[in-house]
Amino acid sequence: MKVAENIIESIAVIEVEGNIDSKTAPEFEKAALASIKNQGQVIIDLSKVEFLSSAGLRVLLMIYRQIKVQSGKVVLVGVSEEIQEVMSNTGFINFFIIVGTIEEGIQTLKS
Amino acid sequence: MADIRIDYYPTHEFEGIKFRRGHPLPFGATMVPNGVNFSVYSSAAISCTLVLFERGAPEPYAEIPFPDEFRIGDVFCMTVFDLDFERLEYGYRMDGPFKPEEGYRFNKDVILSDPYAKVLGGRDTWRAQPNWDDVYPYRSRLAFEDFDWENDHPLETPIEDLSIYEMHVRGFTSHPSAETKNAGTFSGIRSKIPYLKSLGINCIELMPIYEFDEWENSRTNPITGELLVNYWGYSTVNFFSPKAGYAATGKFGMQVDELKTLIKELHKNGIEVFLDVVFNHTAEGDHRGHTISFRGIDNKTYYMLTPEGYYFNFSGTGNTLNCNHPVVRNMVLDCLRYWASDYHIDGFRFDLAAILGRAQDGSPLSNPPLLESLAYDPILAKCKLIAEAWDAGGLYQVGSFPAYGRWAEWNGKYRDTVRRYLKGDPGMIGEMAQRVQGSPDLYSLRGPTASINFVACHDGFTLYDMFAYNDKHNEANGENNNDGANDNNSWNSGWEGETDDPEVNFLRHKQVKNALTILMVSQGVPMILMGDEMGHTQHGNNNTYCQDTEWNWLNWSLLQSNPDLFHYAQQILRFRRAHPVLRSANHFRHYDYVGSGFPDISFHGTLAWRPDWSAESRTLAFMLCGNHAKGGTIRDETIYVAMNMYWESLHFELPILADGSKWHVFANTDMTNSQDIHLIGEEPLLEDQSGFFVGARSVVVLVAK
Repeated sequence: MKVAENIIESIAVIEVEGNIDSKTAPEFEKAALASIKNQGQVIIDLSKVEFLSSAGLRVLLMIYRQIKVQSGKVVLVGVSEEIQEVMSNTGFINFFIIVGTIEEGIQTLKS
Repeated sequence: MADIRIDYYPTHEFEGIKFRRGHPLPFGATMVPNGVNFSVYSSAAISCTLVLFERGAPEPYAEIPFPDEFRIGDVFCMTVFDLDFERLEYGYRMDGPFKPEEGYRFNKDVILSDPYAKVLGGRDTWRAQPNWDDVYPYRSRLAFEDFDWENDHPLETPIEDLSIYEMHVRGFTSHPSAETKNAGTFSGIRSKIPYLKSLGINCIELMPIYEFDEWENSRTNPITGELLVNYWGYSTVNFFSPKAGYAATGKFGMQVDELKTLIKELHKNGIEVFLDVVFNHTAEGDHRGHTISFRGIDNKTYYMLTPEGYYFNFSGTGNTLNCNHPVVRNMVLDCLRYWASDYHIDGFRFDLAAILGRAQDGSPLSNPPLLESLAYDPILAKCKLIAEAWDAGGLYQVGSFPAYGRWAEWNGKYRDTVRRYLKGDPGMIGEMAQRVQGSPDLYSLRGPTASINFVACHDGFTLYDMFAYNDKHNEANGENNNDGANDNNSWNSGWEGETDDPEVNFLRHKQVKNALTILMVSQGVPMILMGDEMGHTQHGNNNTYCQDTEWNWLNWSLLQSNPDLFHYAQQILRFRRAHPVLRSANHFRHYDYVGSGFPDISFHGTLAWRPDWSAESRTLAFMLCGNHAKGGTIRDETIYVAMNMYWESLHFELPILADGSKWHVFANTDMTNSQDIHLIGEEPLLEDQSGFFVGARSVVVLVAK
């Protein structure tokens, strides 16, 4: 798993590549928490993620909780249908805004 | 600060795995900083080994014997570091004597599930072919217990205000007509919440969802060749784990989150969740059964044994959980507390609960410690506790179950009385009068809230089949029609099974409406069986425990074929919720204590104020004075119910209303074409206020306004 961070129009965009499971979740968590430290808004690009385990979902929720304290929002982009289905069945989906592309994500957060 | 505790670091190492002495409590496997704390009790094991697997692996990757100093009392405990919470599967080997005549059945060759496991692997997808040669078929796993409940908490609806809907997770949405994406799962139920709301129930009672094995005792249907399985699931493998095969995400191990999401969503919609829990026996069977967990960990503690070391069989399934043993009692308590606090469960219905009142030698106790502990438990304080107050060993405690002011019961006598009355048996009027009052003859001190009223439940005929079959037709179960009850008190309305005869079919629909009406106007807590609101049939099978077929799957197209039944059920449920006079927490006093001119309840017959209690009578009417609703604290409309189970129509004289109000017709089951029931507030005026004809085998409900 790889995590890359960009700032686009002063929004943190975290791009993840690979599976997020109990082995990789701590690394994802560390990187993600570092990049949202001073950010109210965040976009997480999951288009290169095929599988998100329980542990992975929990890192996403943790990010949501951190951002919420700052009254911000978390937008997920590129979430595969299968991951969306799992997120829907387990209720995690209710905490996030899900859009198709990073551009849409930026628009959503700017509006 | 968190990292400075010295017990966050290992002291021992075995084949590269680091560990240290653990904490004896809580039992089970608990995630702790840097590792997992394992704790398991056995009163007689000589030694214990922790067995660790990578998820799904055929062989364990490590077996760590508990060093002697890690045993505190009779508890083995160890903290192991650097484990993968998600991929880990663990079990135990226990060494000790194999002397069945003394109650010991240790076998260190068997890898045992943890009785306190929170997730169990091995049956992750419903009916997926298991690996029969697996060295460890039911694998203990860890659960993430950090669900985000937001503001949710159990609803704490007063029990008398509930209308319970008994349902099977798989049966509710498995039929293709359910048209739901995740058929037969917790998620599938969630997609049908709008339906449950439109029906008008406010509590679902889930048939067993503790992990069980649908493959247990699987065999072939002698008629169709289809596979027969353990469909109902009254055979627990583990008490703390939800059934993975009931979750769309079970294959990813996310059943805990999926179930909690369902409960949270039901609560948001005002619907409580009860679990049907089976603490009377386990899936390990008798001395010929498999060793899965309890038998190999501490046979003598967990099971009631005969003096020769065989299993007492008060459950009818091979063994009996030794639930009044202090250690087992605590396990049951730990388990219920876990479900109440971690899953926000609102109530529990205890299968064959009379067993929970038996001593370790099987004799009934007058003051059973388990039942008392549950009744007074601080965490369960607001949970509804409901007993199936009998067992398969002949103990029948309806009306006498040790209640401690808390326990309610499935009122089997309500079911039997109403069924016999509906089929036209003579001599039922006196008893019917008791049943519609919340059975004060059974629960004089406990109040009507002790009475869970029902006419049909999963066990027996569906409501529709009760009026379509005289006899059970269980051939497809492969037991030569010897299984299932014979005392169904059913009547086929003139023809056995399906028919085109419009008169027979009209009568059947009318009888379903009669039953639903009586249920909803009775004091106590009504429960209906999934599908009875639309005429679900099991084709005369009264024991469908093994049928994973359309017989058990709710056929949603019945909503189109029996629209009258669904509409009727909806309106009669709404009627109950709209009228507090039907939902009293206390028994009637039979006099006028608010000065309204009428007593709280009065009985009538074809003549007002003159009920016919004679043996040949099939008529009973009663009037509930609206000014006495909820003990006189609320004003409601006055309600009059006339029931005529005679085979001809009869004229009923009405009590005269003194306050200027007039009788209006809410329901008349003898009518067709939407005249059988009316919307609340739109009840038509009764033409002749002095009396009216009630059709043969019909029920009429009037409101005064």
